[in-house]
Amino acid sequence: MTFFEAVLLTVITASTPLLIAALGELVTERSGVLNLGVEGMMAMGAACSFAAAVTFDSTLAGVLCGMLAGALMAALFALAVLGFAANQVGSGLALTIFGLGLSGLVGAPFVGSRRDPVAPLHIPGLSDLPVVGRILFSQDAFVYLSFALTVAIALFLVRSRAGLTLRSVGENHASAHALGLPVLKTRLAAILFGGACAGLAGAYLALVYTRFWSPGMTAGRGWIALALVVFAAWRPGWVLVGAYIFGAATVLQLHAQALQLGIPSQALSAVPYVATILALLLLSIRHGRAVGAPGSLGLPFVPDR
Amino acid sequence: MRLELVPRASVSPVMRAVAPVLAFLTAFLIGGLVIWLLGRSPLAAFQVYVTGPLQDPWALQELVVKATPLALIAIGLSYCFRANLWNIGAEGQYVIGAIFGSWLALATHGTEAGPWVLPAMMVLGLLGGALYGLVPAFLKTRFGVNEILTSLMLVYVAQLILDYLARGPWRDPKGFNFPQSVTFDPAATLPPVMEASRVHFGAVFALVAILVTAVVVACTLFGYRLRLTGDAPRAARFAGFSQKRTTLAVFAISGGLAGLAGISEVSGQIGQIQPSISPGYGFTAITVAFLGRLNPIGILAASLVVALLFIGGESAQILLRLPLDLTNAFQGILLLCVLGADALVSYRVRLVGRGAHA
Repeated sequence: MTFFEAVLLTVITASTPLLIAALGELVTERSGVLNLGVEGMMAMGAACSFAAAVTFDSTLAGVLCGMLAGALMAALFALAVLGFAANQVGSGLALTIFGLGLSGLVGAPFVGSRRDPVAPLHIPGLSDLPVVGRILFSQDAFVYLSFALTVAIALFLVRSRAGLTLRSVGENHASAHALGLPVLKTRLAAILFGGACAGLAGAYLALVYTRFWSPGMTAGRGWIALALVVFAAWRPGWVLVGAYIFGAATVLQLHAQALQLGIPSQALSAVPYVATILALLLLSIRHGRAVGAPGSLGLPFVPDR
Repeated sequence: MRLELVPRASVSPVMRAVAPVLAFLTAFLIGGLVIWLLGRSPLAAFQVYVTGPLQDPWALQELVVKATPLALIAIGLSYCFRANLWNIGAEGQYVIGAIFGSWLALATHGTEAGPWVLPAMMVLGLLGGALYGLVPAFLKTRFGVNEILTSLMLVYVAQLILDYLARGPWRDPKGFNFPQSVTFDPAATLPPVMEASRVHFGAVFALVAILVTAVVVACTLFGYRLRLTGDAPRAARFAGFSQKRTTLAVFAISGGLAGLAGISEVSGQIGQIQPSISPGYGFTAITVAFLGRLNPIGILAASLVVALLFIGGESAQILLRLPLDLTNAFQGILLLCVLGADALVSYRVRLVGRGAHA
């Protein structure tokens, strides 16, 4: 494997969790709900998936438990913001605080355990092609799933009736309700989907990216996923582009640290966070404020009868 | 089955008082359940977390020490949250305030600098926090960038700057390679409020900030402007209140107070620069602000309650071998309950059966 191939492979591994988590949040936000708990749901996904994978010695069990944990966390959020019409920003923050704490409890007995690498898929013929074979056709199943998810969500939003319902609920919940669309049910489904995606992203971090569990291992990736949705102007295709730009930035700063260029390692570690701010800034300068944001984003809805 | 919220004709004053209590009870029930699931006695845990520290004079002082930064930061955040602006980067503003103030402490270290050093450090801390808080505010007012994400990203940046300084240029050359600075001179150390007390002058800053805020919110045009901007942004615009100026002002205030909390903690409590100077005060203060319903007196009470949980968490770790993460998880649940209980003030909550026609 050449150096270039190795770098590309790590970029894909670094980008996939960002992509999956951001796609889930995109669906949630298109339904008009801002869930700032991505970081907490991701942390729980990572801890629960790792615990389950080690206990049952099965990656699949781990992944399913991670998604379930994310969805359960999201259900708690839904109870607060849909059931009790609570403030979405505050509730999302609370979910992150809760998730980071609880994941510490769940993961503590598993510190020091390790998982074997997840075997990449081998597609006969294609995987053996020179150059592109290793990069394009020898990834693990999550990577293909993340691409499939991007396409599926894009088609769902634009081409399906349910997608149209989801978007109208997000654009103007009062009108959607007046038309007889189930605002709260749609939002509940979108929140749960977002939670399952965040859980899956966490599972990928613990089972593929690091293959061990440590407290606070999500390291702000949930927040970067949130920024990606804004950066992508709430469009799935641009989430894909954004996730890979950020994945590449993360990997490049790691390689730069290894090269010992005389730059303090902390300056390089700050790159993904500064890049997020700059990306949001550039986007705002080019397009004006919050392009493509759903009209009812972040507003609580209480149906009148 | 589903929940149904029926709007009340007017805000219920009874519920306004009862809702936080209900939230607390719910959170304690859930917390007790979790402890029971972990195989410990919830009653013993309650004793260690709540009643234990209250009976121990040493722990009572520690309570005030821990409540000090929480109250200072939370009272600043209440300005932002009142105006419906989301500064969640107080942790970063706390760190930058500490760095600004500590710069002077280290620059005058070993010199015969006079009593001006300490006040100047506090002013620098205030200034550093305010400037750092103004970054997301400026990006929002000038370019329309979402303040939630930028203020949070700046937390990570601030922590990395502190890490760099503690391990690099500010490391004590005679410190056996430990990543920490020299211990501050007495002239740069915030004194205790009483002889041989652990409570330092930061507690006084917090009390002053709370009193000033109570007056500002209740009696000044600025306080009215904040409430109007938060509750009715359109009305605020018609009244001629500039949204931009409000944004810049509240971020400067909350950042400044977080910075003051940071330098007070480093100068009065830690006594030197280390790679980590906060157990997450800046984030916990968000819980404190909401728990106190953004009310100055409420925040004072909430900061003591949350500090109690902090100390209880530490003793539970030793006495019951319950992990510290439990305290953090409990905080999250408590905040969720407090926000959810808000609904009780303006709505009647009914549980509707599947068959019922609304």
